[in-house]
Amino acid sequence: MGNKITVKNLNFFYGKDQALFDISLKIPEREVMAFVGPSGCGKSTFLRVLNRMNDTIPYARIEGEVKIDGKDIYKAKTDVVALRRKVGMVFQKSNPFPKSIFDNVAYGIRINRMHSSKKDLAERVEKALKDAALWEEVKDRLPTSAFGLSGGQQQRLCIARALAVQPEVILMDEPASALDPIATQKIEELVVELKKKYTIVIVTHNMQQAARISDRTAFFMLGKLIEVNPTEKMFTNPDDKLTEDYITGRFG
Amino acid sequence: MAKTGTFADSLFKGVLTVFAATIILVVVAMIAMMFWNSLPTIREFGLGFLVGSDWQPASDVYGALPFIYGTIVSSVIALILAVPVSLGIAIFLVEQAPKSIASPIAFMVELLAAIPSVVYGLWGIFVLAPFIRNYLGPILQNYLGWLPLFQGRLTGIGMLTGGVIMAIMVTPIITAVVRDVLEVVPNTQRDAALALGATKWETTLIVLENASSGIAGAVVLGLGRALGETMAVTMVIGNAPQISASLFEPAYTIASVLAANFAEATDRLYLSALIEMGLVLFLVTFVVNAAAKVLVMGVAKGTNAARQA
Repeated sequence: MGNKITVKNLNFFYGKDQALFDISLKIPEREVMAFVGPSGCGKSTFLRVLNRMNDTIPYARIEGEVKIDGKDIYKAKTDVVALRRKVGMVFQKSNPFPKSIFDNVAYGIRINRMHSSKKDLAERVEKALKDAALWEEVKDRLPTSAFGLSGGQQQRLCIARALAVQPEVILMDEPASALDPIATQKIEELVVELKKKYTIVIVTHNMQQAARISDRTAFFMLGKLIEVNPTEKMFTNPDDKLTEDYITGRFG
Repeated sequence: MAKTGTFADSLFKGVLTVFAATIILVVVAMIAMMFWNSLPTIREFGLGFLVGSDWQPASDVYGALPFIYGTIVSSVIALILAVPVSLGIAIFLVEQAPKSIASPIAFMVELLAAIPSVVYGLWGIFVLAPFIRNYLGPILQNYLGWLPLFQGRLTGIGMLTGGVIMAIMVTPIITAVVRDVLEVVPNTQRDAALALGATKWETTLIVLENASSGIAGAVVLGLGRALGETMAVTMVIGNAPQISASLFEPAYTIASVLAANFAEATDRLYLSALIEMGLVLFLVTFVVNAAAKVLVMGVAKGTNAARQA
């Protein structure tokens, strides 16, 4: 399968501080790629480079090339709104809007004017909720507030909200770090299911999680990409001594 | 623990308790005193005092309606003008402006709130009133003159001028509170909207939705301030106890009639009428401010979004 995202010689700065150093990486289509590494290693920053969420940070500066489907997303004429629709994002802490369950999922569809009728909107919402494996739990309470859901349900709602705008890539920033093991397992099963249709990039602190759900793993340290390999190789026979030390828990 | 220490601590606590109790006592004493002193008019006119529109101290006829009307209408004018502007400033400061611009502007907004009321009043007499008489008034009469609101003689002194001066005075307060509530909306909400392809405008709507109860609180707080505003309004509203559809006509507010007439109110019933109006104003602003506090407190504790998990 082809590469969905190609990054070449990427450097990223917050003002004078460099956060990412000369990163080159290819992310294949319809696979799960996990980003692992110690806190502050730049993996979340890198994730946010991929849908230009860092644009909102003053003094952020980027050098190098990030191509999605062969198009450089940092070209001056890039439509950032369209890019973010194509490259969805799920955050560490579930962040539903103060709206009903239905309106949360419908939000992206509405602002992007993707629906042709009320019926079409309802169908799209239902499909997104089904794809996020949440439909059965919420179908009878769609008009109620999203805050009535459990933490794990809220996170799946946020995934449904992201799916509703029909992205091609889904970026997940430690989506299960605030959830209990059962809710985490549901998210993991969902990720494996979603890769049939989507390219998924997931940041995680949980090595077992990376091993369980990803096809490839990239290991970051101090803003540098140390190693990227198929997950199986990474966890059994990594190329780099640093990777081995990290995944075996020899340092933190 | 040493015994002296325990004694000193309980003494300390006792003194503090007395101080804290004082504030409650003051409020209770004020209400009791005002109620007591307004008994003559309460007995004489009953509820008719609040709905009567005749105000003739010379013949001992007291109806407070013109003042209640003037207070409400001028405050509503103030809010209609001040709320959109305040929201705009606060949204600009929190959502759009870089820190280097936002900080000085926010500082200036807070300085505006510190200008004494009487200075606003002077400005109102010498700048705002002529402006309304010579420029704004004629324009309004030209284009909207068919509305009863904008008919009548143009003196520059009247309901509209009072409302505008109030609007300028409540804008800094509403702006400051709205700015505070927008700032506590978690960034995760903005991220969520942006990541779904929301524009800046759509993201701002999500932020406003998160802050809605706090914004309502800010507006109510502004209302509380407008209802009680005295000096500046007294100087520009014209001080005539009448109910007129025209915003150019002079009017009167409760606060201004109290300030302007206490000195000459020697008659028992006259004084009682003024105090009863003071009591009404006190109770209304008390309730309005309490409501505002509750609304804003809800946001300060955490917005809808932050309350989860």
